[in-house]
Amino acid sequence: MSVSQNRNVFEMLNLQSLRPSFWLQSVFILLLALILFGPIMNLLIWTVAESWYFPHALPSQWGFKYWQQVFNPYSDVSGSLFTSLLIAVLTVAVCMIVSIPAGYALSKRSMPLRIFWMLLFLIPQAFPNLTVYMNIAKLFYGFGLNGTVLGVIIVHSVHGLMFSIWISVAAFSSTDPMLERASRNLGAGPFYTFFHIVLPQAAPGLIASCIFVFLESLDEFTGTFFVGSPNISTLPLLLYTASMEGNYQIASITALILLVPSILFMVIINKFMRPDMLSKLGK
Amino acid sequence: MRQTTSHKLWLIAPAALMVGIFFLYPLCFSLYSAITLDGSLTLTHLDKAFDLYSKDILFTIIIVLISVAILAILSITIAALITLSPFRSLTKTLGFLYRLPLFIPFIVTAQMMRTFLAKNGLMNNAFVASGLLTPMDTVSFLGWSGIIITFVWKQLAFSTLLISGAMAALDESQIRAARNLGASRLRILLQIILPQIIPTLGVAIVLSIVTMMSVLSVPLMIGTGSPTMMTADMAFRINSYGDYHVANALGLVSYCICAGLAWFYLRQNLKEKGAN
Repeated sequence: MSVSQNRNVFEMLNLQSLRPSFWLQSVFILLLALILFGPIMNLLIWTVAESWYFPHALPSQWGFKYWQQVFNPYSDVSGSLFTSLLIAVLTVAVCMIVSIPAGYALSKRSMPLRIFWMLLFLIPQAFPNLTVYMNIAKLFYGFGLNGTVLGVIIVHSVHGLMFSIWISVAAFSSTDPMLERASRNLGAGPFYTFFHIVLPQAAPGLIASCIFVFLESLDEFTGTFFVGSPNISTLPLLLYTASMEGNYQIASITALILLVPSILFMVIINKFMRPDMLSKLGK
Repeated sequence: MRQTTSHKLWLIAPAALMVGIFFLYPLCFSLYSAITLDGSLTLTHLDKAFDLYSKDILFTIIIVLISVAILAILSITIAALITLSPFRSLTKTLGFLYRLPLFIPFIVTAQMMRTFLAKNGLMNNAFVASGLLTPMDTVSFLGWSGIIITFVWKQLAFSTLLISGAMAALDESQIRAARNLGASRLRILLQIILPQIIPTLGVAIVLSIVTMMSVLSVPLMIGTGSPTMMTADMAFRINSYGDYHVANALGLVSYCICAGLAWFYLRQNLKEKGAN
């Protein structure tokens, strides 16, 4: 009786194609989800925990006390948020001013030493850059750039340059060269053609590269740590200080503020980064 | 024609100058500072760096290698499941899940892990609440294991993205042919897919190594105590002693480690090309 019942159950499982591998894969995905969401959940709980001490598995007191402290206009966090945004926006501006012409020039196959230039812009990402940052800090000290917004912007721009140039090159490569030629043949000047024909076509890619640079600048820690501190406090530096002082609520709320643009970007990148443009990356 | 060429060089010049002045010059300066004293060549800084920090150098290499090994295994498993699994709903969930940490900054990851992995953090609390551990058995993961967990957690999305992209670009007819001939999924993965994605795997690994070698926040916030990673030593050397020579010597060592691993990868790659 029990044998035949077992067989029946087995056949039913087989019918619905619920084989052991399905369960194995489900368990794997579940474990992965736990590992990925665990730390995020933990961060979210800390942002609304007023007190959380040892014997309690969860906070003993919940509340938004620390949020009020953070969003007080005179708090360190709003000051750092403003500095961070200012630096990130200016870094994007510097990167774009430099990368749009460079990206346009490098998108032309006829460019001499094209590979060499592309590799040159890759270098800041291909070396462990901590050593470079501490020496930049030493050099900047001589010029009085240490602890200034300008110094931090320069460091962030060099760091973001690889993204902005490589993505710009891909964006300009995906424009239609025939339209450009047609515009020139119809008598438009090079500048008119560039701003009215080429740039609008490359705009989605350029926006994506702006977002990349913006995020890189917003999240950058090491360079700001050496060049900016103690005068310049960006959100990552504030997070670090708060965390080291054991002020986990402030650190977690700051971390959450830093997460917002990252998650927004996940959504936006799907809209602007077309697969056909991605395939031109690095070509 | 020549006029347009010189025109184009002008377009690149500002960007190239920026990289030259603010990256290449400090880079060369760091190499110079690591091997000279008052203008003459010397090995004293390197000797001192090895004397003081040889444990940390070894620790860094081991941490990076273990992290990269776990990363490679996990990303290949996830990418292979996405490519080969017959269960569409599962692969969709997985495809969404693994991308989650892609744009989460390192410092935020470090803060999450600092509270999550602590002796009384959420992870141990969850184990205790579910009866898997007693409060006496809990241990803090802040230390070498915490650093590895953080690195893997953060880099997983990036390396899986690269690898699953490479797997998706493979010719599907090969996989279908192998299946028709009766090959198991594991065999398809090991004998057909893996050999073709080795170059991408190499790129993912080399880029992850360079990233791990330059992250400062993770060892400072999670690697409590000694030994620690070289990045923390360099920051300490600068901030506490203003000792650029030894810090730069450590930097030179970290370049050499990266260069060594990159060279190993390139050599393997060239060998395979030669064999074909």
